[in-house]
Amino acid sequence: MSIPGRFGRFGGRFVPEALVPALEQLDEVRQKAALDPDFRAELERLHRTYTGRPSIITEVPRFAAHAGGARIILKREDLNHTGSHKINNVLAQALLTKRMGKRRIIAETGAGQHGVATATAAALMGLDCTVYMGKVDTQRQALNVARMKMLGAEVVAVDNGSQTLKDAINEALRDWVTHVDDTHYCIGTVTGPHPFPEMVRDFHKIIGIEAREQVLDLTGRLPDAVLACVGGGSNAMGIFYRFIEDEQVRLIGVEAGGEGIASGRHAARFAGAGAGVLHGALSYLMQDEDGQTLESHSVSAGLDYPSVGPEHAYLRDLGRAEYRHATDEAAMNAFRLLCRTEGIIPALESAHALAGALDVGRELGPDALLLVNLSGRGDKDMHTAAAWFGLIDPDHPELPAPPAAQVPV
Amino acid sequence: MTGLGVSTVLAECRAQGRAALIGYLPVGFPDPATSLRAMVSLVENGCDIVEVGLPYSDPLIDGPANQRAAAAALAAGTKVTDVFAATRAVRSAGAPPLVMTYWNLVLKYGVDRFADDLAAAGGAGLVTPDLIPEEALDWIAASERTGLDRVFLIAPSSTPERLDIVTRATRGFVYCASTMGVTGVRTQVSTTAQELTERAREVTDLPLCVGLGVSTGEQAAQVGSFADGVIVGSALVSTFFDTDPETGLERLGALTRELAAGVAAGGRA
Repeated sequence: MSIPGRFGRFGGRFVPEALVPALEQLDEVRQKAALDPDFRAELERLHRTYTGRPSIITEVPRFAAHAGGARIILKREDLNHTGSHKINNVLAQALLTKRMGKRRIIAETGAGQHGVATATAAALMGLDCTVYMGKVDTQRQALNVARMKMLGAEVVAVDNGSQTLKDAINEALRDWVTHVDDTHYCIGTVTGPHPFPEMVRDFHKIIGIEAREQVLDLTGRLPDAVLACVGGGSNAMGIFYRFIEDEQVRLIGVEAGGEGIASGRHAARFAGAGAGVLHGALSYLMQDEDGQTLESHSVSAGLDYPSVGPEHAYLRDLGRAEYRHATDEAAMNAFRLLCRTEGIIPALESAHALAGALDVGRELGPDALLLVNLSGRGDKDMHTAAAWFGLIDPDHPELPAPPAAQVPV
Repeated sequence: MTGLGVSTVLAECRAQGRAALIGYLPVGFPDPATSLRAMVSLVENGCDIVEVGLPYSDPLIDGPANQRAAAAALAAGTKVTDVFAATRAVRSAGAPPLVMTYWNLVLKYGVDRFADDLAAAGGAGLVTPDLIPEEALDWIAASERTGLDRVFLIAPSSTPERLDIVTRATRGFVYCASTMGVTGVRTQVSTTAQELTERAREVTDLPLCVGLGVSTGEQAAQVGSFADGVIVGSALVSTFFDTDPETGLERLGALTRELAAGVAAGGRA
């Protein structure tokens, strides 16, 4: 018996038998589609006329002045339709859903970006859509809940377990195993059972393909390092993948350090976790001594996940990619800095990559060239940011905070 | 009696012209001591095999009842090693205990070490709802070495090829999921269960036991008329909801007797 979908020892297909036929069908359909000129042309057309690809790159010198003078270039996935990289994968999976003759698409979402993208694709292609979201996340990302509902999706607030992304995935898997006949589960990141990690990466690799060419055009050389935040790790795999063969380019994933590793309240899986299975894949997993999943923490809902895509685990053990973490505080400071110096409001997830870039820039010095994946925009995070920086007077939320509470850079 | 596994018990039931009754309860619910008494009560009231559940933080094939029980057991501090006291208790009461567990708990404990400790504690084998044979090479080797049964699942969605792969890897009995979905009580047992057992009989001689959705004596009789075993979980677990342990044990005993009468009445040609 062969073991499909392994990245070294990671990955695999740890799922109920009931789902295996659907995974086999999906694998077959996506492989055929990858070779089908009609599918490729349709996806390319959607990228160009709907998403707004290619996304631009933006050099950010005023921000980079705080990073030891290194040159920093942002890949602007935040400018995609729906506001993040997530749409790349979702449009492709929605096309596959139609190819499989299914009429309904379901998704999990943390920050809400993948849910919004899925609801968008469902509206565009006439599919029924249900999005599972942890109850805690529906509260901290209320704007995205409203967006999904406006787009016609049903949003289910999951109130068991930690009420965050991992519990939303549990609930989506339960829905899928019950309705697999007519429903496709559009997993939003590079984890889950084979073929999801490989397939979702392939639908995002356009990020790195575009960015590599754009950076070469602009600077005449490859970047010294490519940085991206890593929750499940889809935007990171998307921008890393094209650069893997460029051995001189460091690939740096930035995990959520939460309140610090010592506090235990973080989502930095590579900072000490061991191997374990969650949601169908073997990867690094935050777990207790019994193998029960531990609750992760991050100020950013999209990074708040106790496991990580298996290909990241593989690249890490191989030494090809390196992983560091940014605390909530470091990410919030980088978030504010990009707003104030460049007029770009990043997603809190992407702000972790920016925090990483500030550190790496200082380490490498003024000759360094860094490419950072700005995976999403931060409109959805205004509520969190306003509370963090005290921009709203808690006693009078309709009024701006008194000047003393406003924060200088 | 030969071996640790469930084959002898299933053969005895067959000789009696009836399906086996297999009852599921999780360790540690409603509390550690009561959960052991409850499993013994299953045996005393007519269960032929006990499925001992290990509570897991992310039980993705379980419905609301089993999720609630697992969460309560974990909140009360239930540990993986508590399962061995349960298997000893069930074995002492005279029935083979199969441990139902999500795979990460065994992986973390160590597959070989878990197999050794389970065999030493009277365990009959494992039911693994999120492990398919392709991912189970270590467990297949460990179960061969220790003589434990390995119960894999098939589902209505299983293709002929999958039925072949899964049943070849199975020892003890094949767990036939009666319907597509998660564990839980259903008002009707779907017709897909019988179709699935008929398809499985074409590829295997192993006993076929049907689970998911059975909650009454009548349903047990119906399933027992075409399956080699009837697996009941959520309905038994639910007897402990919103009540004190003693009342829960009384309800459990009564339901178990009803189910046992069901499989006896169901008969098999």
